Amino acid sequence: MKEFKNFTMNFGPQHPAAHGVLRLVLQMEGEVIKSADPHIGLLHRATEKLAESKPYNQSIGYMDRLDYVSMMCNEHAYVLAIEKLLSIEIPERAKYIRVMFDEITRILNHLLWLGAHALDIGAMSVFLYAFREREDLMDCYEAVSGTRMHATYYRPGGVARDLPSKMPKYIKSKLKDKEQIKEQNYNREGSMLDFIDDFVSRFPSCIDEYENLLTDNRIWKQRTVGIGVVEPERAIELGFTGPMLRGSGIDWDLRKKQPYEVYDKMNFDIPVGKTGDSYDRYLVRMEELRQSNKIIQQCTQWLHNNPGPTMVDDAKVAPPSRDDMKVEMESLIHHFKLFTEGYCTPKGEVYTAVEAPKGEFGIYMISDGANKPFRLKIRAPGFPHLAALNEMCKDHMLSDVVTVIGTQDIVFGEIDR
Amino acid sequence: MNTIFLILDILIDIIMVVLPLFLIVAYTTYSERKIIGFMQSRLGPTRVGPFGILQPIADVIKLLTKEVIIPSNASKGLFLTAPIIMLVPSLLVWSVIPLSEYFVIANINAGLLFILALTSLSVYGVILAGWASNSKYAFLGSMRSAAQIIAYEIAMGFALVGVLMAAGSLNLQEIILSQRGGIFNWYWLPLFPLFVIYLIAGVAETNRAPFDVSEGESEIVAGFHVEYSGVAFAMFFLAEYMNLILISILVSIMFFGGWLSPFEGTFFESYSQWIPGFVWLSIKTLSFIFIFLWLRATLPRYRYDQIMRLGWKIFLPITIIWIFLEGIMIYYKVEPWFVI
Repeated sequence: MKEFKNFTMNFGPQHPAAHGVLRLVLQMEGEVIKSADPHIGLLHRATEKLAESKPYNQSIGYMDRLDYVSMMCNEHAYVLAIEKLLSIEIPERAKYIRVMFDEITRILNHLLWLGAHALDIGAMSVFLYAFREREDLMDCYEAVSGTRMHATYYRPGGVARDLPSKMPKYIKSKLKDKEQIKEQNYNREGSMLDFIDDFVSRFPSCIDEYENLLTDNRIWKQRTVGIGVVEPERAIELGFTGPMLRGSGIDWDLRKKQPYEVYDKMNFDIPVGKTGDSYDRYLVRMEELRQSNKIIQQCTQWLHNNPGPTMVDDAKVAPPSRDDMKVEMESLIHHFKLFTEGYCTPKGEVYTAVEAPKGEFGIYMISDGANKPFRLKIRAPGFPHLAALNEMCKDHMLSDVVTVIGTQDIVFGEIDR
Repeated sequence: MNTIFLILDILIDIIMVVLPLFLIVAYTTYSERKIIGFMQSRLGPTRVGPFGILQPIADVIKLLTKEVIIPSNASKGLFLTAPIIMLVPSLLVWSVIPLSEYFVIANINAGLLFILALTSLSVYGVILAGWASNSKYAFLGSMRSAAQIIAYEIAMGFALVGVLMAAGSLNLQEIILSQRGGIFNWYWLPLFPLFVIYLIAGVAETNRAPFDVSEGESEIVAGFHVEYSGVAFAMFFLAEYMNLILISILVSIMFFGGWLSPFEGTFFESYSQWIPGFVWLSIKTLSFIFIFLWLRATLPRYRYDQIMRLGWKIFLPITIIWIFLEGIMIYYKVEPWFVI
């Protein structure tokens, strides 16, 4: 008797739908998945260990590189943990800026997710439309921090600098004449807040555009409805957070349940799904785009009217101004101390979490009183989601694995850390 | 002496069709990249020549000079035969396509049957390519392709039966001629469901989005031709685009009157007499090619069991019902299509 075995297939790590470096070992019967075994660790960079050997401030940049599509949200959880250890209260304006950039980051992340998810399912135009809008938000990142992705903008005690009073403009080039450049710069004449205002006012119509292509599309629905269903109880058991949990119909969002910064002053809704399938999670995320847009609008309004400091006035944590440093001995010493040794935190342990676009991004930090954390544990939202991959893919077809990976919004930077 | 002239004549005819065809295929890829580029708010190729107009030439040179890598576990003979099996039928079909009222290489009586037979042959190329590569992804691709083609050939065949019944002939020239008399005499109107089904089945037949499951980029990477490179890959590519053009031209011949002028029987007829039939055929064909490109930019991909469901459970019944209705229409000699 010949023995029949399931078909084993290596899906990734070099695979266009593997979202980076996912290696999936699939046991298949024909096209039907019998089990999916994710292998992780191909992007492991030992962030947690690295953070133990550096003064607090020097690890902020590592946080950007965890979930490299929701950069500032990762920083946020990290600086919140330090602030909680130091028990400092940051200026109101810094809180608003942080909330605004958290939401910009959420839009950035959801746009990438939308594009990649649609591309995985085969609709390629959405990807490019999403990137068109991402470009503007990346410009905001660049205007405020100098880099388009890994901003290192949030600092313990506030944010690195206030919002710029003017937006960088395109300049004349070989490809574009003066008129075209003027057209391109139409929303860059004012401050950065004006630029964001302009974005916020036209973004809802962009969301309509994406939804036109997908929401009522029969093929899109056939490919997502009923795929990767997670029951609400099971979602909680699996440790789902973020849109994955809300897609299953559970109303849980840290921005509402344990508001940090100024989320309690914001007016926004939390969308929840019904059936917990990929289509519901898609709808939840699309609605989150609209809600984020609303939050940004409220933030820019407040920021327009309330100038003020964006960093605590505490020379032990915040760097002194360049001018002071040149003339004052004390400032020079503070500057030197801050950038070489850093600051020491009181003994203790803290856990802070933010509602990152993918779910609850948490930092658990133990301090032994030194200028670096004794132990840093990162709670990445993608990890429990990926762990449920087998359950979500079982008895679906190969094409649905791609849908499920897409709907989980997996980024390996945070899973492998 | 006569036979030599005959053979020369045929050879010239073949060259007259095949050479422009290769050029058109090259520029179909260019227009695809440009059109989809504009639809996606980007520019498409711009680097090679003005507006990137020489891009296809550069692509051809690149593909011709690349090494054909043969995987060590592949069945070498079959691996290299598969692209040829794919390419030859899609070239051969062009021999019976009437490009204008005077020009067709072989005006055979069973033209429609010949086309149906040859277009179905290309699936052997796909299956052999997937099987001979000895790669799991390629294998899955060829399995999908086989299942899909079976599901679609039948609906497609029935759609053609409708045309055959209406025209009363398998000869493509006669099918065109029986549609004489202006836009509303063309078969798209009485055979509308068949036309739509044939168009959709045509997309599936050519393995293009949204039915590109056998090469589904994000699922099985490139499907059956994942292991091919260089010239061998170019042959698959050529075959795919030739099939695309072929399906467009067949739709225009069978449902849109081929080289017939759309102004027949209207006020403009006398003014548009000087336009050769080939121009009308080209315009019709290009519009269908555009629709194919448009679909690719817009729609997500079907899952392959869904395609089969569509083929078996929706298209097949519709075609059968419509053929039945058409029979009734023919019996009662409905004007102006079924007066024989």
